[in-house]
Amino acid sequence: MAVIDRLGEALGDGEGGIVLSTVDSLVDWARGKSLWAMPMGTACCAMELIAASFSKFDFDRHGTFPRPDPRHTDVMVVAGTITKKMAPAVKRLYEQMAEPKWVIAMGNCAVSGGIFYYDTYSVVRGVDEFLPVDVYIGGCPPRPEALQDAVLRLRELIATESIAPNRRWEGALVLPMPGDISFGARPGERAGTGRPGAGGEPE
Amino acid sequence: MTFYNDRTGLAQDNGIAETGELVVNVGPSHPSTHGVCRVIVHLDGETVTKAEPVIGYLHRGIEKMAENRTYLQIVPLTDRLDYVGSMYANWAYCRAVERLAGILVPERAEYLRVIVCELQRIASHMMALGSAAADTGAATMFIYAFDERERIIEAFEELCGARLTYNYVRPGGVSFDAPDGWTETVLEFCRNHRSALDMMDRLYFGNVITRQRTKGLGVLSADDAIAWGASGPVARGSGVNWDLRKHDTYSVYPRFDFDVPVGSNGDCYDRARVRLFECYESCRIIEQAIAQMDPGQVKAPGLPRLLAPRPGDAYDHIESARGSLGVYLVSDGSVRPYRMKVRSPAFCNLALLPMLAEGHMLSDLVVILGSLDPVFGEVDR
Amino acid sequence: MNITQLREHLCATYPDLCPLFSIEFGDGVLSVEPERLREAAANLKDLGFDRLGMVTAVDRPTHFELVYRLYSRSMSAALFLKCNVGRGESEAPTLSDLWPAALWQERETYDMFGVVFAGHPDLRRILLPDEWEGFPLRKDYRDDTMIRRPDYI
Repeated sequence: MAVIDRLGEALGDGEGGIVLSTVDSLVDWARGKSLWAMPMGTACCAMELIAASFSKFDFDRHGTFPRPDPRHTDVMVVAGTITKKMAPAVKRLYEQMAEPKWVIAMGNCAVSGGIFYYDTYSVVRGVDEFLPVDVYIGGCPPRPEALQDAVLRLRELIATESIAPNRRWEGALVLPMPGDISFGARPGERAGTGRPGAGGEPE
Repeated sequence: MTFYNDRTGLAQDNGIAETGELVVNVGPSHPSTHGVCRVIVHLDGETVTKAEPVIGYLHRGIEKMAENRTYLQIVPLTDRLDYVGSMYANWAYCRAVERLAGILVPERAEYLRVIVCELQRIASHMMALGSAAADTGAATMFIYAFDERERIIEAFEELCGARLTYNYVRPGGVSFDAPDGWTETVLEFCRNHRSALDMMDRLYFGNVITRQRTKGLGVLSADDAIAWGASGPVARGSGVNWDLRKHDTYSVYPRFDFDVPVGSNGDCYDRARVRLFECYESCRIIEQAIAQMDPGQVKAPGLPRLLAPRPGDAYDHIESARGSLGVYLVSDGSVRPYRMKVRSPAFCNLALLPMLAEGHMLSDLVVILGSLDPVFGEVDR
Repeated sequence: MNITQLREHLCATYPDLCPLFSIEFGDGVLSVEPERLREAAANLKDLGFDRLGMVTAVDRPTHFELVYRLYSRSMSAALFLKCNVGRGESEAPTLSDLWPAALWQERETYDMFGVVFAGHPDLRRILLPDEWEGFPLRKDYRDDTMIRRPDYI
């Protein structure tokens, strides 16, 4: 984990308020913890997107705030079915967003066409036909907690990026792996960091 | 140029400046959260001379898909039509199937259908009032209204497991019986909801800014409402006393005692008030339904999984939160319908927008669109 | 007013429409030829059918069947008005001057089926993009992008 995440400890350690870290971890920390989302909500998933932003599943505590303006946002959450008539508008709004930008495909319709995959003449089967998607969330509609989980995953994905061109920090990616026992941590054990064999040690 | 005695401050009204026509495109993605609607607005200064809605950005071809699905497989498709009110969209479709196939629904199922439909009506009106408030800038009302909606969604999650698209009302009944304690949860919600509605009444309708912005805006006369096929709160706000639950009654609604709120002026304020008062009436209906409901079956016995109704057609409709939602089914005797047509109230109400918006300002256009309460899953199908 | 009373009232007021009225499965149906559609609709409007609920079409093998659903608040009655138009040059008169509710619904029927409503002030596509080719709800609509659902029942 980057020193930047233990900022409080480091400052309180009596080092005189100096933290040493890499530029990348600082930039990725700033970008990841304050992802303003553009809600491209077309259909039912838009209701869950709104619910995720409001009082019960507060989205603002993750730093994510729905701003309906492409020029102010970092992440476009495509929530709902995209039809062939709507696709040019979505593409245009994506191009209006400033770099760096990411896309979350929320809901089955945005991932693959969903329930509208068969027998339809006007639905685009998955928004990744014309947008580069970073995080896919399944569900019809996915729960608001799933959307918030997607933002947390996106944050970890951002932590692997570097502002140097063609450089990635794969080692820092802490997505859960299939053989991971961090989700099955028994009482008294500390959940692992996500690497195989790295979790489940008794405290 | 001087603006000393200028009442509106707009140079065009004083004849000082000549304004040409400006065409502005509103949408299809815009912050007013009604969905994907594009309005091409012709403006003279700040006044709308012509507003033309362009729809179809969510046209998914549900009617074509229905021709290749069995009757039971279409129920999840109807969920996605009016996604703010999946329960009553399911119910309209199931009533058409039952009429076509001659299925009798057990009484407990009818009571459960009424309870979930009225809860869904409250949830839909909370969404409508909240987003109408957000259109005028009152975001607080939006958040309070959504909190009430969350209580209802929690009750639905306990009942059928889903938060938004329930697939609960099936041809012949409902899919699950209410679990133990569910009716007590719903009664407690109704008790708390009335005080929440009082609070929202003071918060939103008591606000002088709301009244100045919505009173006298988008006036729809009763004759126009009938001729243009408007239904639901849009028609009732204009004084048309027509509610399918009372005047073309169906299911077990004749057994309940409730009133139908009707406005008088036909402006945005009246339409929003009608929606608020309908929530009170829905609470009354829910309480009576829970008191009258007896234990029993919730599915029609002996119903085959593959329904093959008689050849012919049937049309049935219900009173949804937006108006009269009807489904027309044509069967050729096979397990799949030959044609399914959804008569969508939001589609017919949205046709009023050009007439209502003419002569008002651009920011009023958004308020009028909000008062018509379109849900684009239903408009575009 | 129930169906038999409606039939008596209709036959008393407009005797020439009487043989065209039938009762199918509890619903009143008035079937007319396209030439008589406007006249029948105007008569029904005078009779008290002030609301047009639905306009749609059904693609039958040899013709299109136009279906209108009409309501009367004063009589608390409803009926279907059906009219068969040919498949080749499907044209029918518009009812949008009698009931403005028909404006958008006829546009939608044109968009989905290609039925041209003569006299409609603004007949163009409403749900599909303007440059779409073909009429999707016709049974013979072929589109390479459509994937047919497998028949598992």
